[in-house]
Amino acid sequence: MDQLHPKLSEPNAVISLRDLRVSYGEVEILHGIHFDVKAGETLVILGGSGSGKSTLLRSLVGLEKPSSGQIWINGQDIAAVSSDELYEIRKKTGMSFQGSALFGSMTVGENVALPLREHTKLEESTIEIMLRLKLEQVGLAGFEYYMPSQLSGGMKKRAAVARALAMDPEILFFDEPSAGLDPIIAAGIDQLILELKKAFHMTIIVVTHELASAFLIADRMVLIDKGNIVAIGTVEEMRSSTQPRVRQFLDRVPEPDVEGELDYLQTLTEQYRRHA
Amino acid sequence: MEVVSQIGAGVTDSLAYLGSLAMLGSRAAYYTFVGPFKGKSLRLQSAASQAMEVGVRALPILSLITFFIGLILALQAAYELSKLGAMNLVAKTVALSMSRELGPLITAIVVIGRSGSAFAAEIGTMKVTEEIDALEVMAISPVHFLVAPKFLAMIVMLPCLTIWANTMGILGGALFGVLQADFTWARYVQTSIESLYLRDILSGLIKSVMFGITITAVGCLEGFSTDGGAEQVGRSTTKAVVISILLVVVVDLVFTAAFFFLGKG
Repeated sequence: MDQLHPKLSEPNAVISLRDLRVSYGEVEILHGIHFDVKAGETLVILGGSGSGKSTLLRSLVGLEKPSSGQIWINGQDIAAVSSDELYEIRKKTGMSFQGSALFGSMTVGENVALPLREHTKLEESTIEIMLRLKLEQVGLAGFEYYMPSQLSGGMKKRAAVARALAMDPEILFFDEPSAGLDPIIAAGIDQLILELKKAFHMTIIVVTHELASAFLIADRMVLIDKGNIVAIGTVEEMRSSTQPRVRQFLDRVPEPDVEGELDYLQTLTEQYRRHA
Repeated sequence: MEVVSQIGAGVTDSLAYLGSLAMLGSRAAYYTFVGPFKGKSLRLQSAASQAMEVGVRALPILSLITFFIGLILALQAAYELSKLGAMNLVAKTVALSMSRELGPLITAIVVIGRSGSAFAAEIGTMKVTEEIDALEVMAISPVHFLVAPKFLAMIVMLPCLTIWANTMGILGGALFGVLQADFTWARYVQTSIESLYLRDILSGLIKSVMFGITITAVGCLEGFSTDGGAEQVGRSTTKAVVISILLVVVVDLVFTAAFFFLGKG
């Protein structure tokens, strides 16, 4: 395993993972993840349910402490820094959560303004202008006085993106941006990510299992399965990959042992009948 | 052997729980008392609205309950005192039991039911909907943002509520005194005031501050340790109430014993 300082091994890397392992109690979820993300690129982390992709994202923003390994963000290992330093790093990143995670007791405008009010000494009038600007960027102009509960699923996602953009982050994380949305609204969110990418040249990390959306927005992709990286590469490399696990995921082939489960169910029912 | 190891595990868990409570309580205290001098602003607006919720909105129900408690105390005291022909001691008995013990305790129990449970439910719901994670990711400390204002509101409002509860209890006793023991309202209140020393009231108030800290810490900790879905929020709320009542009684015992022995020595 490459133990070099990430800056030496990958000059443009904004994020570098080195042999990242994460465990919940005794169970290891991620078994040594290792990759780099270059500045300004959009990396999509693909994986099925329970693959560990959400845990990976949570470790990247410091919500999950790794059991070993390093997570370098802009030259600092967030697994080793103090909580104050971690907060400083987080001020330069934004995250849009799967369930949008807007504060239900605040208006949309207050949600977006919260990081600005907390971390900057800007005048209230400047904050007002900035929050309108952010809402306009995500297509929610005029919604600042709505409560989150009055918004539809897609609008909540957009508001959450506006909040993530509030501090003009260098890195933007998305957890399942199209989960729970209908295809048209989901396509709208994809479009929004593409626009952000074009307008701000941010580094964007997206965790998803939606193939269509992944291929649309990604520069590079990582496929995670059972806590290991199966494949990493550009969109073209992934599309033309011949690796069986990649093909299975991309061609949406069900797990072969599903038949085994059916057999198991049948034995159970037979046992039950005999018993009765 | 298994029994011993089970007891051991139980003791370890309880100690760990108390440790987490102390940690949360001290971090909230840090953000309330030290943070403002280190550039971490105190959320006075949020604390004020919490104080409104915890304190002012509790007044009607607390008044009613403590008025009845005062009345009950007078009735119970009169049962024995009337045999001795010492009905004039009713006022003293009620005043002392209210300010030293029942005022703070009943207030704490009402606040647990209204606010301790609400803290657990609020923070628990925020945990389940990833709002706590969102705060963390936005570099906003959830303890600073959510717990510190509640902490401040509770340590200010519980003593205030307790004074109010003492007064209402004495008035409840006065109702009995006037109707059954030949007191006038003025003389009952006068007798009550004369029978109280400052230390009786203060010991109750000190206890009520400790109750406030305990209730905040338990409610918030239960909220933060909510995992999973909506039903877990309900479970955390119940747990917060049960554990708060238990710990408030334990704290009460510790402080009452301390005052007793310190007062003697």
